[in-house]
Amino acid sequence: MTSQALPVADGGLYRRRRWANSVFNFACVGATLFGVVWLALIVFELIVRGVPGLDLGVFTTRTQMTGGGLGNAIVGSLLMTAAGTVLGTIVGIAAGTWLAEYGRNGRLANTVRFISDILLSAPSIIVGLFIYAIMVRPMGHFSGWAGGVALAIILLPVVVRTTEDQLGLVPQNLREAASALGAHRWLIVTKVCYSGARAGIVTGVLLGCARISGETAPLIFTALNSNQWTSNMNEVMANLPMTIYQNMTINSFIPDLVQLAWTGGLLLTATILVLNIIARFVAR
Amino acid sequence: MSLTHAADDITGYTIKARKVREQVAAKIEVEGLNFYYDKFQALKNISLEVPTKQTTAFIGPSGCGKSTLLRCFNRIHNLYPGQHTEGTIRMDGYNITDRKIDPNLLRSRVGMVFQKPTPFPMSVYDNIAFGVKLYERLSKSEMDERVEWALKRSSLWGEVKDKLKQDGQSLSGGQQQRLCIARTIAVKPEVILLDEPTSALDPISTGAIEELFTELKKDYTLLIVTHNMQQAARISDLTAFMYLGEMIECGDTDTMFTNPSKKRTEDYINGRYG
Repeated sequence: MTSQALPVADGGLYRRRRWANSVFNFACVGATLFGVVWLALIVFELIVRGVPGLDLGVFTTRTQMTGGGLGNAIVGSLLMTAAGTVLGTIVGIAAGTWLAEYGRNGRLANTVRFISDILLSAPSIIVGLFIYAIMVRPMGHFSGWAGGVALAIILLPVVVRTTEDQLGLVPQNLREAASALGAHRWLIVTKVCYSGARAGIVTGVLLGCARISGETAPLIFTALNSNQWTSNMNEVMANLPMTIYQNMTINSFIPDLVQLAWTGGLLLTATILVLNIIARFVAR
Repeated sequence: MSLTHAADDITGYTIKARKVREQVAAKIEVEGLNFYYDKFQALKNISLEVPTKQTTAFIGPSGCGKSTLLRCFNRIHNLYPGQHTEGTIRMDGYNITDRKIDPNLLRSRVGMVFQKPTPFPMSVYDNIAFGVKLYERLSKSEMDERVEWALKRSSLWGEVKDKLKQDGQSLSGGQQQRLCIARTIAVKPEVILLDEPTSALDPISTGAIEELFTELKKDYTLLIVTHNMQQAARISDLTAFMYLGEMIECGDTDTMFTNPSKKRTEDYINGRYG
C-alpha cells in the first residue's frame, strides 16, 4: 500500500481478506510445486540411473542372458503398439461417431456410453486375462496379435470418449448449413464434422497411444516376452515393459540386466514425453 | 396456375398484390400449412403464394413463426424428430412436403443462408466447392470458374482472390456471411431462403449484402425473414406479416407499409408492439 492509498470503510475486514488471499495463493502454488517436484524427481532418477547404460548397442543388439541391448524389445513394442493403435483407433472412431451423430441420447447409445466408461477404468490385467481366454488358449500359443488386441481394448474407450466429445464440439449450425446444401448425413459427418474435430481426435489418439506403449499387465498373458529378434506377430513377442519387469525381478542378480531395465525405463518415458509434445503441436 | 384461382381458396386475409401481380407466376404455393414442435403448434393454417424472381419478406414479433415457416421450405426440420408438418407446399407443381420427395435433392434447389455465418472448417475454395461437388461433376478448371463466379456474384472476389486457400473461418463476420451466400448460390438453386442474414453484422456489411440481394433478385426467388422492418421495406417486393403462428396479412410492400388493411399490422409497423 502506498501513501496515496484510498481510504477503506472497514480496514479490519479488508486486511483479513488480503491475508486470506495471500494464504490461498500460497497454498495453490505450493500444491502445484508439490505435484511437479515428484515428477521432476522421477525424471531425475530415471536419467541418473538410465543414462550410464545408454549407447548405440542398446538399440542394435538383442537382450541376452547376461546383458546385451533392448533392440528386440523396442521392435516388438513398436509392432504391438502400432497394431493396438490401428485397431483401437478404427473401432473407437467409428463407435464415437455413432454415439455423437446417430445414437445421441437413445437407450442403446446411453448403454454403449456407460459400458465404454466402465471399460475405461477396467484393470488392464483383466483385459489381458480376457484375451488369454479368447485368443491365446484357442490358438494354443502366445502371440503378438493377442498383445496388440489387448492393447487395442485398452485404447478403445479413450478414443471413443475423445471422438464423441470432439464431435460434440462441432456447432450444430454447421451441420444444418451442410444439410441445407443437400449433403447426406454421412457426407456431413466425414467432410464437415471430421475436419472440425480432426485436431482433437488426433490428440486423443496420440495420448492413448502413449499410454498403451507402457502397459505391462495386458502383455503378461498374451505376448509374454522373448530374448530373440521377434517380428512374426503370430509368435511370442519381445516388448519393453515386460523386459523391464523381468530384469528387475527374475534377473535382478545380474547388474548388466538391471542397468538395461533402467535404460529401458528412461527410453519408455522419453517416448511418452515425445508423443505428448507432438500431441500438443497437433492440437494447435 | 394463376394467382387469382388459388386466392379464392385462401381465407382470412387480402392480397392487394393480386391486382399488381397478375402476370407474375407463383414459385411456391402454401396451402393450409400447420407445423408442430412435438405437441406445440407453431404454425396455424398458413396459406400464401411466393412470386417467382421477387423478394418476399416475412416480418413479425419474436416467436411468431417466421423462421419456422422459412425452414419448412427446405425441410430442414426433417433433421429433428418430433418436428412435423401438415398441409401442402407446392413448388413448380410438386408437393414438397410429401415424404416421397428426397429432401437432399430439394435442398439442392432451395438454398439457405443462416443468421450466424457458418463457414466450414476448410479453405475458402473448398467451402464454395463443397455444395457444387455434391451434385455436379466438374473438371478442375470448370470448378475454378464456378468458384470465381460465385465469389464475384457475392461481391467477395476482390477480397479473397489471393486467399482462396485460407481457412474460411479466418475471415471477418461480413466476409463470412458473403462466403455463405456465395456457397449457396454456387450450386445455382432456384430459391434462396435467408433467415435474418444481416442481424449479426455491422451496418456497412449489412448495406453491402442488401445491395447484393437487389442484384440476386434478377435470377433467384428470395425469401427473407427479418426483424428489421426498414430492411423489409427497402429490399422486398412482397411482405408477409405473421403473429403467433398465423399469417395476418400479406401484400405488396409499399401498400403494407403505407396503408395496411389490418389493425394489427398497422400497430406492429408503427412500433406499438414487437
